Amino acid sequence: MSDAGAYDEERLGRLIGSLEPAPEGWVRAAQEIPAFRRTLDDLVARAEADKAFRDALVADLEAAVAEAGFEPEPRALEELRRRIDGAGQGS
Amino acid sequence: MAVERTSSRLSDPDLVQRCREGSADAWNELVERFSRYVYAICSRGFGLSAADAEDAFQDVFTRVYTRLDTLRDDSAIRPWIAQLTRRVCLDRVARTHEEPVDEIADERLARTTEEIDEAFTVREALADLGEPCHELLDRFFARDESYRTISEQLDLPPGTVASRISRCLAKLRSELEGRNPGESPSGGQR
Repeated sequence: MSDAGAYDEERLGRLIGSLEPAPEGWVRAAQEIPAFRRTLDDLVARAEADKAFRDALVADLEAAVAEAGFEPEPRALEELRRRIDGAGQGS
Repeated sequence: MAVERTSSRLSDPDLVQRCREGSADAWNELVERFSRYVYAICSRGFGLSAADAEDAFQDVFTRVYTRLDTLRDDSAIRPWIAQLTRRVCLDRVARTHEEPVDEIADERLARTTEEIDEAFTVREALADLGEPCHELLDRFFARDESYRTISEQLDLPPGTVASRISRCLAKLRSELEGRNPGESPSGGQR
């Protein structure tokens, strides 16, 4: 890092203003990650224990995630699908 | 260090520990604290499109959440997040660009990483100063509000706003001078 003693007002002002906030929606979604992961774990656990539930989940993954109160975004669905498939292979 | 801190912000190690203990508030704070940094690396450092930057942003925080137990030194959360972010972005660039990854990374990162790290250091120092300095300097420099606007919003005479901004800048300078230069977040990982 540069010498802190060289922080004049202009430079400090420029640096304070140079990091833009991330979009609010992104921050909110990242803050929901723990809750979402728990939901994911619950869904996978139920799928492992209940074949009928697993079949229903596989049939409409998006609806299941939406019903759990989360935006069914592609990356999460992909991970859930992979884990459900894994659970199915293990049964 | 001569600066009196009026902030009750958790230190990085305390914040990490609270996250490990499952505190939702701590996780929210961690995301809030590092969101500008991750966003800047993804969008300015790697020049990702908005869609790719959003995916990378979520991917970074998912990895932070799922791998927090593997962080050996809690005070190194910042370089660790920086490293995770770079890896995620490099993967994404490799998947979506035909240009050689190293070339893109070298060109963009060399120009911007140091400035992003430095800006983050300044913002962290500002946050550590607490209020009213954080709000005053953020309004004036980041939100580009005039003395007059700030004085109206905070119900203070414009002259008071100007003198407080000046005092807060002096405090911020002292705060930065009191920091260990070795705290640089890049951590020699590039």
